[in-house]
Amino acid sequence: MRKDRPVLTVVLWLLLSLATLFPIYWLFVISVKPAVDLFSTPSLILDQAFWGNYAKVLTDDTLRRYMINSVIISSGNALLVTVLAFMACYALSRYDLAGKENIFFWTITNRMAPAAVFLLPFFLLFTQVFVIGEFRLYDSRIGMILLYCTFNLPFAIWTLRPTIDGIPKELDEAATVDGASTWQVIREVVFPLARPGLAVTLILTWVFAWNEFLLAATLTSFNARTITTGLSEYVTTTGTEWGMMASVAIITLIPALIVFAVVQRHIVAGLTFGAVKE
Amino acid sequence: MRSNKVGWLLLAPTIVVLALFGIVPFIYVLYVGFHQWNPFGANPSMIYNGANNFRRLVFDAEFLTAIWYTLKFALFAVLSEVVIGYFLAQLFMREFPGKGFFRTIHTLPLIVAPIVVGSVWRLMTTPSIGVIPYYLRTWFGFDLNIGRDPNAAFILTVIMDIWHWTPLVTLTLLAALVSLPKEPFEQAEIDGASRSQIFWHITLPMIRPAILATVFIRLMDALRTVDEVWMLTGGGPGAATRYIGLHIWKVVFPKTDYGYGSAISLIVLYLTLVMCWLLYVALVAPRRDARKVA
Repeated sequence: MRKDRPVLTVVLWLLLSLATLFPIYWLFVISVKPAVDLFSTPSLILDQAFWGNYAKVLTDDTLRRYMINSVIISSGNALLVTVLAFMACYALSRYDLAGKENIFFWTITNRMAPAAVFLLPFFLLFTQVFVIGEFRLYDSRIGMILLYCTFNLPFAIWTLRPTIDGIPKELDEAATVDGASTWQVIREVVFPLARPGLAVTLILTWVFAWNEFLLAATLTSFNARTITTGLSEYVTTTGTEWGMMASVAIITLIPALIVFAVVQRHIVAGLTFGAVKE
Repeated sequence: MRSNKVGWLLLAPTIVVLALFGIVPFIYVLYVGFHQWNPFGANPSMIYNGANNFRRLVFDAEFLTAIWYTLKFALFAVLSEVVIGYFLAQLFMREFPGKGFFRTIHTLPLIVAPIVVGSVWRLMTTPSIGVIPYYLRTWFGFDLNIGRDPNAAFILTVIMDIWHWTPLVTLTLLAALVSLPKEPFEQAEIDGASRSQIFWHITLPMIRPAILATVFIRLMDALRTVDEVWMLTGGGPGAATRYIGLHIWKVVFPKTDYGYGSAISLIVLYLTLVMCWLLYVALVAPRRDARKVA
């Protein structure tokens, strides 16, 4: 077995973490500085903290609502997209469908469009076309969950496909010979082996939905407004409220960290490949 | 052979969702692209003008410069991210204490919204007040001024992109590495293969599809970057960091020139598509067919 040299690895990761964390540390420093101190000589060490921004942010009902919207929209979208992509990748990998490689490539083209121009057709669709009686997709959570599929679903399909392709077909065939239905094959054979890939897909699609700004800013007004859009409300033409913005940004890290902690445990090596041995 | 009906059934929801939210808006943009339309201008009605928007674009120096800078930006950023991301993914394959903790730390940049990333980097690097220029000056006597120096601004947007998106590459490659079967590696070690031999002949071919998928995604995302660069440099100094996404934004919003903006978007979409298609045909498709034959 290869030598892992744990001490060296940890030291290396500590150094790397410094680089990763510095901008986030600086975000925190900005969040606890009174506005006047922002433009004085920068000091690396924080000598005194001012918690006024956090007090304001935590008691703000509107922000709490935005935060809940964000959690619902990102989680709903990430789950939907991961399930759809898993089904699609299984179909692309295991069936001999006419033109499937073209369909596979077509999916990713949906992610290539520059967003600015596509805002207008989306706006028209959401306010005028996709309307059922009183219900419009505009400013609704379900609308955002569906809309984010345009960039997340291609992403999920493209990141999952190598994982599903990498699972040997012989396993499916063996299970089918033993009398398993397609559903059983997917659930009992493919799903456990695809777990690391699925976990990473879930995390990353969640992140993309969580961070999306342009579409949410255009297609929601209050009911479904997300926290990322709320953040931009501090950037105005007369100047930016850096401190408020930074403190909201720091608070938004918490739900994301919880999701990461829950999902990351599934990125584990070596659990499953015993099954492949003859 | 199993019935293909089930396969189509599994694929159907994806096709329906992407058709509704992908093709329909595309057709609309295609329609607007062939019109002169400035809804807030002197003449707000939509006038058909054939291919004039596209003709104008071929000689538009601003547009061409933006394309060139965008390609440069995407190339530098994506190459660095894939190389660094691969090494970090390999580091995570080792056994060491606190692995889960470091993995979480390493993914933190991803959960900072792009506009916040842009804002923080801007506050860190603004010439007179930023912490980075301040310490570069006091410790190394180096003068970093992204408001004046186009190269510094360019390099900074690349570094910011690397900081923000390398974790994505690390995670997708980690998922690929984790899913690899162990037998070929054990066999190679028994046979006395060197580390570089294992890398070139076993690891790389096996995770090649995952690397390519990641490169594609990162490439097309880098080509349409807006928020972060907007906050960091606003496209300046001059037009040094006015990447194409930003350029379109400036045509569509302050100028409300929708017809021309749509035409630019279509061309950018087309160029991205052709570039990715060529890469795909050259690198991915032949391998997949080869595997089918074998």
